[in-house]
Amino acid sequence: MNQTHQTSTPRRAPGFPRLLPRGVPLHILLPSLIAAGAMLVPLVYLGLRAFEADSATLLDLVFRPRNLQLLLNTLALAAGVVALTTLMAFPLAWLVTRTDIRFKKALTVLGVIPLAVPGYVMAYALIGLGGNYGVLAQLTGIQLPRLQGYWGATLALSLYTFPYLFLNLRAALAGLDGNLEESARSLGYSRGETFRRVTLPHLMPALMAGWLVITLYVLGDFGAVALMRYEAFSYAIYTQYSGAFDRVYAAWLALMLLALATCFVMLDSLVVKRKLARIGTGVARPMMPQPLGRARFLAWPYLVALFTASIGLPVMILAYWLLLAPPDLSFFARVPGTLLRSAGAALPAALLAAAFALPIAFLTVRYRSPFAILVERSAYIGYAIPPLALALAMVFFSLRTAPFLYQTLAMLVITWAMASLALALGPIRSALLQTRPSMEEAAHSLGHGPISTFTHVIFPRLRRGILAGVVLVFVLCMKELPITFLLAPTGYTTLAVTVFTRTSEGMLAEAAPFAAAIVVFSSLSVGLLLTKEGK
Amino acid sequence: MMSNLNLKAAPQGAPTRLPEPLLSVGGLHKRYRRQDPLAVEDVSFSLDNGEILALLGPSGCGKTTTLRMIAGFEHPDAGEILLRGQDVTRLPPQQRRIGIVFQDYALFPHMSLGENVAFAMRHVPKAKRAAKAREWLDLVGLADLAARMPDQLSGGQQQRVALARTLAAEPELVLLDEPFSNLDAALRESTRKEVRRLFKASGTSVILVTHDQAEALSFADKVGVMHSGKLIQVDRPERIYQAPATSFVAEFLGHTNLLEGDADGEIARTALGPVAIDCHCRGPVRLSLRPEYLTLSSTPEGQGATIVEREFRGHDCFYLLEQHGQQFCAITPSHCLWKVGEQVCLEPQRTATVLRD
Repeated sequence: MNQTHQTSTPRRAPGFPRLLPRGVPLHILLPSLIAAGAMLVPLVYLGLRAFEADSATLLDLVFRPRNLQLLLNTLALAAGVVALTTLMAFPLAWLVTRTDIRFKKALTVLGVIPLAVPGYVMAYALIGLGGNYGVLAQLTGIQLPRLQGYWGATLALSLYTFPYLFLNLRAALAGLDGNLEESARSLGYSRGETFRRVTLPHLMPALMAGWLVITLYVLGDFGAVALMRYEAFSYAIYTQYSGAFDRVYAAWLALMLLALATCFVMLDSLVVKRKLARIGTGVARPMMPQPLGRARFLAWPYLVALFTASIGLPVMILAYWLLLAPPDLSFFARVPGTLLRSAGAALPAALLAAAFALPIAFLTVRYRSPFAILVERSAYIGYAIPPLALALAMVFFSLRTAPFLYQTLAMLVITWAMASLALALGPIRSALLQTRPSMEEAAHSLGHGPISTFTHVIFPRLRRGILAGVVLVFVLCMKELPITFLLAPTGYTTLAVTVFTRTSEGMLAEAAPFAAAIVVFSSLSVGLLLTKEGK
Repeated sequence: MMSNLNLKAAPQGAPTRLPEPLLSVGGLHKRYRRQDPLAVEDVSFSLDNGEILALLGPSGCGKTTTLRMIAGFEHPDAGEILLRGQDVTRLPPQQRRIGIVFQDYALFPHMSLGENVAFAMRHVPKAKRAAKAREWLDLVGLADLAARMPDQLSGGQQQRVALARTLAAEPELVLLDEPFSNLDAALRESTRKEVRRLFKASGTSVILVTHDQAEALSFADKVGVMHSGKLIQVDRPERIYQAPATSFVAEFLGHTNLLEGDADGEIARTALGPVAIDCHCRGPVRLSLRPEYLTLSSTPEGQGATIVEREFRGHDCFYLLEQHGQQFCAITPSHCLWKVGEQVCLEPQRTATVLRD
């Protein structure tokens, strides 16, 4: 390199790696750095707490046989939920994309609605169904055994999470080039072989993505698992923390859960490396829908069973407790206050998350660099950490470093914002991606500075994305349970906490008004999802 | 209406001094990443008031990077950009008074046409902007559509709005980044003519970036040919075509015959026999001879060149010929037609250009 001749060039000394990208304005760089730094806090504090004990205790903690049992229980739960959701979602996605079944739009909407019923509300409904005093026994006299343990948790989580897999599969099936399958058929492959060798490989990325989301949900879920009294990691962490007060062991369990989640994320990125992009510039042709014929008589009972379980059941249980056997009126009177408490923390968290998501979205879209990718990845830490582990880490952090934050609303708001930053980032980022940089450059060349360009050109384009991000985070926080459980100030009972404690104490009727309020709020996010899907 | 287009007419009877170029670019260098080759290497040129310059080259030759450095969206690693003698190299784009029309037009989709144009008029009092915007739209024949949104327009109309918006900012210089490439072929030619007339009437100085040689030759007063980051030749369109500096320029602008020859004075010996050349030199040279400079005439069997391929193009006819194992191309008027396989005599009629390389 003949560098000495270019002395006029303002160039850095060679061999000095550029850590921070050049030309990123401070108002974008600073919030991004703060957010990325905040994401490291839980990781650091879990580690600090975990290694507090002396080495003999550590060995005892880490190699307890109970840990192995918890691992096996958690894996069994994840496998069960993944298998069950696939059985639920695959036929549904196939029916609405590939067959001539009627009411496809309505079926698609019904396939998304279960997302409005959080896992612990689904568990509440399942618990309320069976047993001696269960709704079924009250209404019909038939007594089902009370669902609990492994099968209860698997069912509650599956009924709530299968829409994630359904949406992924539906998009993949609808986007598949029909010519591919027809080429295979014309080359002499049977329908079954074509499915196995052409269709299925193309669906694998969607399946894996859906499975990963569902697995992370299962690992992170606390409400359904705790209500069903199934000994998975998150339930064990909770009992250690609240009952046994063994904080070091709780930290270790949280670390193990975190490691497990990391394994799944890495496994996923290892497997989905195959290239399945469309080759050639021809126009993809959607498949002709297959006539169902006699299979109709199988399809409709399946659909009725699926939606009765996922939508009908919680609606029926809530309707029963609210209308047929309502609790004392004073319980209804407490709903607005509780709702306000939930919203009073959820709204600041949503605004905080969006306020940090905006500069990070700018950094990753407009100032693409290794540094930007690092910041973007770190934003997903808070989302991928099992919420109980995150909450526990933040407890340790406030006790050790920031005691003024311990058991304050601010702590809850910050942690919620950390857990949901990635959620707010999604819509803002895609809105920004749709705003071409030439738009900003045009404004600059017409004499507008950065502030005028933002208010007149960028913000109007991003408004919808920002609003969507705020709503997504808001709704998540409205129904959030584990973080609230550990971090909310004493006496700050939210909707989710009320439903959980009442249900776990067997006060099903008294929980109903609050569960109904949560379902109403969650429907908001489902509505948002549906309007996006509809486009 | 034309009065508001009289952007920067030089005052009559100004004191006579050396005319300062409007834009002068010197020694521009740009490298995007350290491991990449230079995207722009030592590019220098100047542009006079009211002149239209086309930067022409294949994709990836650095022409758009050069344009973006002039606009202020990229920072050169070295070199300077002077606008009316003032150094603007470090100035942010919004302070340069240089307008740009993007390839995708970059109209703001949430503003009407009138609002798009009014957005450019920071120098005009707010109350007058709407009326003024209509005047600018009138200039491109779209005043009636001022209330429309950009997505309700055809590509050609969007392009004209983008132009009106750029002019409304009353810039010193207008940059066009492949502005006609998104139009279909029929519309492209008429739009090009119209836009050129508009610029010439208003005396606007323009730099156009394009990979279409016909566009560059017909639109610009001056053409600069770029190749792998370097500006190879800047000259009037007819000079660029008739006297290309290198074999790259010769081949990029239409067809040509590249001949190796041995020069002796103003004549060079080549495979086509002695050919007149455009300078006085001696020794081995490389020549460019345009196909329309060759004539075909009948010759006895077994002599001269054989016609290998014929492409009838309406107004003329393009031939591929072979003589002594070497291939040549020639263009003749379409009324003298030869058949494939016929023997013809191939004669250079005009002087060939000696290439630098």
